[in-house]
Amino acid sequence: MSNAADTPVLRALGLRKEYGKGEGLVRAVDGVDLDVVNGETVAITGPSGCGKSTLLHLLGGLDRPSGGEVRLNGRRIDDISEKALARMRRTDVSYVFQSFHLMEELTAVENVELSALLAGRSPRAARRRAEELLDQLGLAGRSRFLPSALSGGQRQRVAVARALSNEPLVVLADEPTGNLDSAATLDVLQLFKDLHDAGQTLIIVTHDARIAATADRKFSMRDGALAGLED
Amino acid sequence: MGSILLVLRLALRDLRRRRTEAALLLLAILAATTTLTLGLVLRDAASDPYESTRAATKGPDVVANVGRVTDLADLEKLATASGVTEHSGPYSVIAGKLEVSDRTSDVQVEGRDATIAAVDQPEVTQGSWVSDGGVVLEAAFADSLDVGVGDSVTLGGRSFKVVGVAVTAAMPPYPGASCIVSAGCINGAIPDDRDLPAGLLHNPGLVWLTQADVRSLASDRSSLSYVMNLKLANPDKAQAFVDRTGGDHGGAMPMQSWESILADATDLARDSQILLLIGAWLLGLLAVASLSVLVGGRMADQTRRVGLLKAVGGTPGLVAAVLLAEYLLVAVVAAAAGLTIGALTAPLLTESSAGLVGSAGTASLTWSTIGLVTAVALGVAVVATAVPAVRAARSSTVSALADAARPPRRTGWLITLSARLPVPLLLALRVAARRPRRVALGVVSIAITVSGNYVLMVLNAFLGDQPGTGAYTETQVAVLRHVLLVWTVILLSLAAVNAIVITWATVLDNRHASALARALGATPREVTVALATAQVLPALLGAVMGVFPGGFLLFAAINTITGGDSDKATLPVPWQLIGLVLATVLVVAALTSVPAHLGGRRPVTETL
Repeated sequence: MSNAADTPVLRALGLRKEYGKGEGLVRAVDGVDLDVVNGETVAITGPSGCGKSTLLHLLGGLDRPSGGEVRLNGRRIDDISEKALARMRRTDVSYVFQSFHLMEELTAVENVELSALLAGRSPRAARRRAEELLDQLGLAGRSRFLPSALSGGQRQRVAVARALSNEPLVVLADEPTGNLDSAATLDVLQLFKDLHDAGQTLIIVTHDARIAATADRKFSMRDGALAGLED
Repeated sequence: MGSILLVLRLALRDLRRRRTEAALLLLAILAATTTLTLGLVLRDAASDPYESTRAATKGPDVVANVGRVTDLADLEKLATASGVTEHSGPYSVIAGKLEVSDRTSDVQVEGRDATIAAVDQPEVTQGSWVSDGGVVLEAAFADSLDVGVGDSVTLGGRSFKVVGVAVTAAMPPYPGASCIVSAGCINGAIPDDRDLPAGLLHNPGLVWLTQADVRSLASDRSSLSYVMNLKLANPDKAQAFVDRTGGDHGGAMPMQSWESILADATDLARDSQILLLIGAWLLGLLAVASLSVLVGGRMADQTRRVGLLKAVGGTPGLVAAVLLAEYLLVAVVAAAAGLTIGALTAPLLTESSAGLVGSAGTASLTWSTIGLVTAVALGVAVVATAVPAVRAARSSTVSALADAARPPRRTGWLITLSARLPVPLLLALRVAARRPRRVALGVVSIAITVSGNYVLMVLNAFLGDQPGTGAYTETQVAVLRHVLLVWTVILLSLAAVNAIVITWATVLDNRHASALARALGATPREVTVALATAQVLPALLGAVMGVFPGGFLLFAAINTITGGDSDKATLPVPWQLIGLVLATVLVVAALTSVPAHLGGRRPVTETL
């Protein structure tokens, strides 16, 4: 009998993403197989341009693969409609981006509650959840600040709070410390450790060995392929 | 000199690189300059035929008339009044009815000598001058009755043969003839429920008979009135002569100076001109709105170019000059094209009255028209461009090189309000709130368009009532309808361009926000609807404001300028106004749907 905890929450089978044709063909993702189980943290490292971010976009349904399959909780998501993908991103998958991607005109709490509002939660419930998350991430005193008034580390924590607001199955983080200084990197590092300890499923694309070290499993990616499992 | 060449070269290169935007800019300013040119050319074109007629007919400087034979001596004294150099008359005039086919019209019948008069000798355009038993009809009157040389008409129960058709500068053409009979006249529409006093002439035409024939039609001498035409040593003082000399006779002697006849004779062209000038100013405002959005969008695209220019040593002054030069070049081209198109098409809208000789097409561009149109084109470009150009020129070189986007505005109350709304409306309000200036431009643009349409509806209904009432003939109504059509087409075209341009600018500006919303779970449809709704909501507000107060105020302004009587106008009924607002919203929704659809389906990963 299979253990429910070992059932992959996210699975990629022969995943490919190609650009161009003929001699100009570029295989950004080349036959990736990956299983991520519930509560697991997976780190993917590799040089710039190796296809890490593209893989993350394919796993979260932000981009369509050229071939292969992506399954979330056993349900195939690579061939569903854009509308269905959008609904999936509201509740099941969320992103943390390298450059935060916060709405500049919204305060920290308004940025965090946006995901919940898009998911159809009531304004009051969305606000309450956003304030709880900001409180947990040590930003209670900054919830009414605009992103331009926050440090890099604080902005990334707001982005993480936003990613968590709908309690997603999987959080996909794309170079979450890529735009941060050392102090802020340590800050975010601790945050991801906490998320890992709380049982949040995480897939992190990173250059930073310290972030990768927090993962249960680490992959190295080269030329679109997951080159090998590292210990 | 080197700097000027550099600025021009850079400006031209950028215009060539962005041809579609340059074409839209040109179109926006061209609409305003063409309409303004039409309005201004019309003013000159309107007076030209009257001047020609005045010269051809030895037109009088002053026309005086009396209604009683007892006043005839006073009238005759005018011939020797100070400043009078020549005169003709007094001629006897009688009120009557002219019957032709199945139509009967009131007429003023003037008795004239068969010989040539020194002042006011009507120019025969068909046939010959008066002879016993032969009648000559004023040309516009003949045109209206569709009567020509050889036809027979009945005057006072007697049959006369039409021997000629002529024009005069002593009286405005039919149906605006001045009154020279003691019975009195009324021009224009008469309500059905109102009875005219007995004997009062309604929209009388003018005909000429010999003096003997007029006397034979008169039952007695008391039914005759008399008219005399005067030439003055100084025609420019004609009105002063009227004011002075009329007073000498107890103010009872009606007189009309040539200037006031000119004003009445060119009433139609003046109305067309006023309509076009008001249209031109409305279009000018719309053009500023178009340009502001286009320039804002272009400036956002040019951030990096500004940074490069500054990085290689361009001063803020040079950068501002390059950015301004682009738009000023477009404005100059638009002014030249607008002047050409306006001057060439003006004759189509100014068909001179049949009651005047000469053609409106003879009017040409004057230096004042060229100067004003060019100044307006340049002014529109400068008003729309100066602020963004200076802002771009003063921006930090480093951030410009990094192509940093202009930060969006935060409108807190709208963000709070939107949180309670369904996703498309939530996103739409936030899209709108990011750029309040653009929303304001959208509202103003639609409000101006709807105000224009409101007035067009009123004028169209007014013109629909005119044929047969006498204020305008069918031909004149057709001319005014042409003017309204030109106005409508240009106004709606520019408004449509505005709606599309504003939507596209919004789509481009919201690329990142739209992609992020989709990454957070908004569907493409929700983003599309949000982008379109962000245009439709301001359009709704603009449409309502365009009806009230916009339409009401614009109509009141036109009435004030033209001296019109708003009581005669039929204002749109509520269902028409609701229809206008709904139609505006639907058209805006249709126009914005394509750019919004494209914006809602951009690949997320490319943008993020």
